[in-house]
Amino acid sequence: MALKMVKGSIDRMFDKNLQDLVRGIRNHKEDEAKYISQCIDEIKQELKQDNIAVKANAVCKLTYLQMLGYDISWAAFNIIEVMSASKFTFKRIGYLAASQCFHEGTDVIMLTTNQIRKDLSSPNQYDTGVALTGLSCFVTPDLARDLANDIMTLMSHTKPYIRKKAVLIMYKVFLKYPESLRPAFPRLKEKLEDPDPGVQSAAVNVICELARRNPKNYLSLAPLFFKLMTSSTNNWVLIKIIKLFGALTPLEPRLGKKLIEPLTNLIHSTSAMSLLYECVNTVISAHLKIPCACKKQYSVSICGKILFCLFSPTVKYLGLLAMSKILKTHPKSVQSHKDLILQCLDDKDESIRLRALDLLYGMVSKKNLMEIVKKLMIHVDKAEGTTYRDELLTKIIDICSQSNYQYITNFEWYISILVELTRLEGTRHGHLIAAQMLDVAIRVKAIRKFAVSQMAMLLDNAHLIASNTQRNGICEVLYAAAWICGEFSEHLEESNQTLEAMLRPKVTTLPGHIQAVYVQNMVKLYASILQQKEQAGEKEAAQEITQLMIDRLPQFVQSADLEVQERASCILQLIKYIQKLQIKEVPVAEEVIALFAGELNPVAPKAQKKVPVPEGLDLDVWINEPPSDSESEDEKPKTIFHDEEQRHSRHRQPEIDEEELARRREVRKQEQANNPFYIKSSPSPQKQYQDTPGVEHIPVVQIDLSVPLKVPGMPMSDQYVKLEEERRHKQKLEKDKKKKKQKKEKRGKHRRHNSLHTESEEDIAPAQHVDIITEEMPENALPSDEDDKDPNDPYKALDIDLDKPLADSEKLPVQRHRNAENLKLPDTETPLVGKKSKKPKKKEKKHKEREREKEKKKEIEKKVTEEGKKVITYDIQGNLQNDSQVTVSVIFENKSTSFLKSMELNVLDSLNAKMLRPEGSSVHDGIPVPFQLPPGISNEAQFVFTLQSIVMAQKLKGTLSFIVKNDDGSTHEKLDFKLHFSCASYLITTPCYSDAFAKLLESGDLHMSSIKLDGISISFQHLLAKICFYHHFSVVERVDSCASMYSRSIQGHHVCLLVKKVSNSVSVDGKCNDSTLLSNLLDEMKETLSKC
Amino acid sequence: MRFMLLFSRQGKLRLQKWYLATSEKEKKKMVRELMQVVLARKPKMCSFLEWRDLKVVYKRYASLYFCCAIEGQDNELITLELIHRYVELLDKYFGSVCELDIIFNFEKAYFILDEFLMGGEIQDTSKKSVLKAIEQADLLQEEDESPRSVLEEMGLA
Repeated sequence: MALKMVKGSIDRMFDKNLQDLVRGIRNHKEDEAKYISQCIDEIKQELKQDNIAVKANAVCKLTYLQMLGYDISWAAFNIIEVMSASKFTFKRIGYLAASQCFHEGTDVIMLTTNQIRKDLSSPNQYDTGVALTGLSCFVTPDLARDLANDIMTLMSHTKPYIRKKAVLIMYKVFLKYPESLRPAFPRLKEKLEDPDPGVQSAAVNVICELARRNPKNYLSLAPLFFKLMTSSTNNWVLIKIIKLFGALTPLEPRLGKKLIEPLTNLIHSTSAMSLLYECVNTVISAHLKIPCACKKQYSVSICGKILFCLFSPTVKYLGLLAMSKILKTHPKSVQSHKDLILQCLDDKDESIRLRALDLLYGMVSKKNLMEIVKKLMIHVDKAEGTTYRDELLTKIIDICSQSNYQYITNFEWYISILVELTRLEGTRHGHLIAAQMLDVAIRVKAIRKFAVSQMAMLLDNAHLIASNTQRNGICEVLYAAAWICGEFSEHLEESNQTLEAMLRPKVTTLPGHIQAVYVQNMVKLYASILQQKEQAGEKEAAQEITQLMIDRLPQFVQSADLEVQERASCILQLIKYIQKLQIKEVPVAEEVIALFAGELNPVAPKAQKKVPVPEGLDLDVWINEPPSDSESEDEKPKTIFHDEEQRHSRHRQPEIDEEELARRREVRKQEQANNPFYIKSSPSPQKQYQDTPGVEHIPVVQIDLSVPLKVPGMPMSDQYVKLEEERRHKQKLEKDKKKKKQKKEKRGKHRRHNSLHTESEEDIAPAQHVDIITEEMPENALPSDEDDKDPNDPYKALDIDLDKPLADSEKLPVQRHRNAENLKLPDTETPLVGKKSKKPKKKEKKHKEREREKEKKKEIEKKVTEEGKKVITYDIQGNLQNDSQVTVSVIFENKSTSFLKSMELNVLDSLNAKMLRPEGSSVHDGIPVPFQLPPGISNEAQFVFTLQSIVMAQKLKGTLSFIVKNDDGSTHEKLDFKLHFSCASYLITTPCYSDAFAKLLESGDLHMSSIKLDGISISFQHLLAKICFYHHFSVVERVDSCASMYSRSIQGHHVCLLVKKVSNSVSVDGKCNDSTLLSNLLDEMKETLSKC
Repeated sequence: MRFMLLFSRQGKLRLQKWYLATSEKEKKKMVRELMQVVLARKPKMCSFLEWRDLKVVYKRYASLYFCCAIEGQDNELITLELIHRYVELLDKYFGSVCELDIIFNFEKAYFILDEFLMGGEIQDTSKKSVLKAIEQADLLQEEDESPRSVLEEMGLA
């Protein structure tokens, strides 16, 4: 052994340290990868050594490599080894490595729980510190649950250094384990008034972060924060508090008034830009609540500051950001900066350009929409790089379509903008344009004629658009074009030409789904042409068109796309049949057109979700009992069909006749009308204008479409801008005339008022009779909008009422043991301030550490004896060094208000288990606990037990005697408890390789036993974690829901397990040298698992 | 704060700290993407950029870019100050810090960051107390190392 270590140490002299590695990498610039793989091989060798210093060095190097992007997850177990080193130097490196590379998917992470707990309660504050820091990076829900209580205790640690870390990490714990929030909150609140500024700022940080997510639960803390805000001089803290108030004010309007003064003071006095910015932000978000008089003053000061911001390029961004917030409440004051904002669109910095775009979105009105979009179109032409151009494109569409096309006065203009956008090459947003075209054409009835003519033109010029289908997303618009032309074919003037355009051979190069739409819609088109011709009596022309279809359709029948092929062959057959009828001179048009009769109504995207569930229908209940998995294979399919039939007949909805429907609709409308909170699904303002006088006289623009514009067939939206201006001018003149008349009548009484109104946008009447069809919603739709919320929001879970008193069931899980045995402790009330517990002497400490190093794994079992006053927690650790000894670490926590001293622990020895007492003392003597306990303090003592046989679980009765000291004097008290040595506590988690495992199983000298459990609902992963955690096994191999596990007892028994999970039943087959030990272990396991 | 990155102008990562456990693959992807975006920006542009659903605040010190990803509602300016404070801390600790200091003592850079920020939140706003904590932890480390004799090192003691 010693020789091996010497050898290891000598080798170590030639090992690279971190500096060598870094230098090496820098010197091997050409073949870096090769050099590093060589280094990794060396590191792997180093990790195999027993010397912890070598390991730590290796892990340190790995951490560096991890940063360079190399995978080091294979070394996770070694990292844990280094974490558990007793020396701070190594521990620090271990935790650093863990914090860099552990995440929720790391399977060994569950092994760290006990190590972290141990470090958290370490007497050295820096040990605790690194553990907390590391934990903050990789805390998982399981770790959070298991350690929440320990961390909470640390929040009242004597050292501020620990307190502040514990407070901060609580935020991470809350996120992972929301149940801990309520029990921990009172203590967190206390920390707001901690004497140490660091702890205080940490508490402010955590509470502000929590409150920002769910402000309503934290309103009661407002006075406390207000006090802090007025007294604190720490800008970092102030910013957090002010941000918090920004979230609280909208909920409590009275707060706004109170905030004015301190905020104004801060704005005027601070020199820190960040604080000023935060104040401004909060003022903006609380703006509505500030009374009018102050409002003006505020607006001025804010806008002034922001204008100032705009001069400095770095903060320009923030200015724009703040503006977008002001925009929500004070659109006017922002609109005056329109030119400035449009300038920002030219900025070379994309961040600034994007912000400016956002502002435009909120700044448009009916009046300036065309102008703004025109500018954007210019930018689209100029823009370099497809990403920004795509962004512009989506913004144009967003701006125009926002709030149900509220700002569009001329839809012809909009359609032509959309058509112009199709000229963009290489955009990814073809489908967006297509969706807009479809939406407008379907919902704005008046525009259909125009839209159809434009779409026909697009189809005609399809070769321009679809020139390069591979990288061109724009051909999506052809989908819309084809559909619109087909569906609204009655508006089409040159139907023949369009039909021919759709039948061109080039069409077959388009993507399948577009071709399918082509095929379907050419029939619609064909039907309407047929009807025209028949009505006109042109039989020959009708037959010609039929012949054309029959000639051209076969190219689609040959398509590789199934959908296209199927539709085309169906339609070809149909048309051949029509041709036969035509030859017999039977009029067919009416029947063909009947195929496509009826109009398609737009359905709201949420409609399906809003369908109310009929009474008595529970969607979560099984309709049929699910067939049990084990039998599923034997079951005959016949029964399944039989059941299904039953299901259909049983749950068919009763038919509702038309009358009933109409009646219900009426009732619903009335309800909605009476309900002030019901937001009508489409408040389309255009509807109001339908009756506006004079609209009919406005000429609807007609472009001569036969004259090619810039690109053949592409309309120019600019024309519309001019025409629109003229139209508005005309309108205005007319109105002015009217007003003059009115003025004369009214003698200018309301002159000012009127003149103001002429500018208002309400007066701009749309050019068309616009009738936006509302999207359909189902009958009895539920007018709730809750479905917008994201159920996966991690902060939603923290929406917890904090003012309710704490229920018993909510206490944080202290690691509880199966047989907690208590005895009543007499009330001891008077508090006494005591000295801190004595530290163990140095010698002892060293000794302990050495021992710990030799223990490979710590075996931990926890037991709580809790009697309101005093808590005893213990863990039992197997000691590898000595095969018949276990160490029991007992944590004593004084929960009373009195001082406890002269504690003595005594255990009644059994034949098998004996407590190790100092030489010379009798079996009846207790062992003194080497410290005293002031109120609220906990400390740990260790006791060693010798055991003869470990195959059976043990229970030892014990008594703790101590002296309670308070003002009334001292009393002698006793507390009885039981120590439970489960068989699992004699096991030591030992990793085992699968080949060694296989050999072990083959050896044949193992006894076998098995258990089976039903009704286990937890996941297999979780199940394994439980076995690993509570019973100290390690996973050897895992395949799907089957795993082999291994552990070793302190006396060298091998224990092998095979765990299988089939649906809800778990079977555990075990093999062990000792059959009694195995059956006891399995019993224990059964007990743990049955609790799941 | 979601994460912090330090990288050189050549696109070499010098330090990365993730405050939200992220898988290795995702990390790599994000680092690569972000480095590209930041390095492509010109010196006179603003220090903020919107990236995915996060806001990225970055600042260049000599040849090193310090880059933090924060959430939408967080204060951008305070993040800039935070970066600056970290640089000051490094400067104090190493004595006029340079890129090489961070390369060769990367674990120290991490330790300082860990004392300054925890779980993405500012832990201590005072420079003094952060440095004091680091110094004491270093002292402890030295104590650990010094008393070991050669023999002990050989495993014979």
